[in-house]
Amino acid sequence: MLVLAGIAVIVAGFLLRFNPLLVVAVSALVTGLAAGLDPLAILAAFGKAFNANRYVSAIYIVLPVIGLLERHGLQERARGTIAALKGATVGRLLIGYLLFRQITAALGLTSIAGPAQSVRPLVAPMAQAAAERQGVPPGGDAIPAMAAATDNIGLFFGEDIFIAIGSILLMKGVLEGYGITIQPLHLSLWAIPTAIAALLIHGGRLWWLDRRLARSA
Amino acid sequence: MIGTNFIYAVAGLMFAGFAVLSAIDRDNPKRFGNAGFYALLGVSFLFGDRIGDIGNGVLVLGLVAIAGTGAMGRGARGTTGPVERQAEATARGNRLFLPALVIPATALLGTLAFTAVPALVDPKQITLVALTCGVILALGIGYAWFRPRPATPFAEGLRLMDSVGWAAVLPQMLASLGAVFALAGVGQVVGGIAGAAIPDGSLIGAVLVYALGMAAFTMVMGNAFAAFPVMFAAVAMPLLIGRYGGDPAVIAAIGMLAGFCGTLMTPMAANFNLVPAALLDLKDKSAVIRAQVPTALPLLAVNIVLLYWLGFR
Repeated sequence: MLVLAGIAVIVAGFLLRFNPLLVVAVSALVTGLAAGLDPLAILAAFGKAFNANRYVSAIYIVLPVIGLLERHGLQERARGTIAALKGATVGRLLIGYLLFRQITAALGLTSIAGPAQSVRPLVAPMAQAAAERQGVPPGGDAIPAMAAATDNIGLFFGEDIFIAIGSILLMKGVLEGYGITIQPLHLSLWAIPTAIAALLIHGGRLWWLDRRLARSA
Repeated sequence: MIGTNFIYAVAGLMFAGFAVLSAIDRDNPKRFGNAGFYALLGVSFLFGDRIGDIGNGVLVLGLVAIAGTGAMGRGARGTTGPVERQAEATARGNRLFLPALVIPATALLGTLAFTAVPALVDPKQITLVALTCGVILALGIGYAWFRPRPATPFAEGLRLMDSVGWAAVLPQMLASLGAVFALAGVGQVVGGIAGAAIPDGSLIGAVLVYALGMAAFTMVMGNAFAAFPVMFAAVAMPLLIGRYGGDPAVIAAIGMLAGFCGTLMTPMAANFNLVPAALLDLKDKSAVIRAQVPTALPLLAVNIVLLYWLGFR
């Protein structure tokens, strides 16, 4: 039971708004000590895992390209394209992006889009431009946040349809540990009903957003 | 064979460049905090495999010390203003999209090409290697087309990096915390509690505890991958499959997706929920989570129903 103290540290640290990196480090120390590990072993375990997980932070290599393009007007161009497109609404645009993200993720193309690659330079400014035409004031959080949310939802509920994605391989491995052999394809097929439900629920919310904006306009 | 070594070399050199550019940014009062942070990340990417586990641990302590003492701030380097950008957007037209689209296009074509020639690239890293090639290609096009000074793309990249700040390594830190949790046996304790919470002989109770437990434990860990083996061992294997004869493929697949609903609702999944808020300059750092909860909760309910219907046909 004592090892759960680390979870308490996380929750308390986030609520009290300490620096999250500090909270995570303290939580690792508390958890390790509660489990009877010595501090040096905890440091080594943490360092080893940090090194093994570098790929999580590798995506920032796109930033120089995105930054350079922004310097030369990419976001403004993205806004302009939407402004010139008749009938473009924030809801329709994001439903289209949701579908695109689900389908490409289902084909294993998870890193062709994302917050740095596509949401900041393209999708968020386009969504904001469309929403402003529908009467949303500029400068708010709601529309860019919805663009980022749509990106996540499309990714999460598309990627599991691809047979070689990490979570499918993890499930296959865990099941094999219990002597159950299942083909990855079999696991990925059962991700399809939830993917359809995600499209309907989130797409429905986006459609509703358009309706709400049309009514209040 | 080309693999993570190539990707990490590119990332390491970029962070080293960020460190130098931060250090010489005289108008930023916190320039040495930024420079130190990016320098440590550069060392991690370039030499992480050579400095040993303790060395990496000390490196992390350095990152935490810089971030925890508030020694980082945004750079003060200028960029183009809205009027200049609008003028250039009009002049350059839709061709501005091309370099941005080169990255995903190269990632796609590269993935196909490298799959066809398996000896060249580490099969586990194909997409990331292809993406890295796309970034280098797009950067080359940018240099040829805009003719910036050599350091300009990195100064512009640094501007975006500074807006993310220390949050950039939070996802990696949380993944490492997960490793310590695993070492300490946190999962078994949580699994024991979840198992004990099920009313005896209730299938719907077991389904609920499994799905809600996946979502809740994912929210704590920030990652469904950490929650899955625990909840599977505690509830799915002994009860849903062992006692009630459920279909293992359905129970595994939809259980994982119930966990993904948890990922949408937690600041612990920093790369999906906090980093985008920072990248988009949102005032409310939890705005992305707020936008996701109304989708995540009904979807979690759908997953519970699907588990019950499809798992026990």
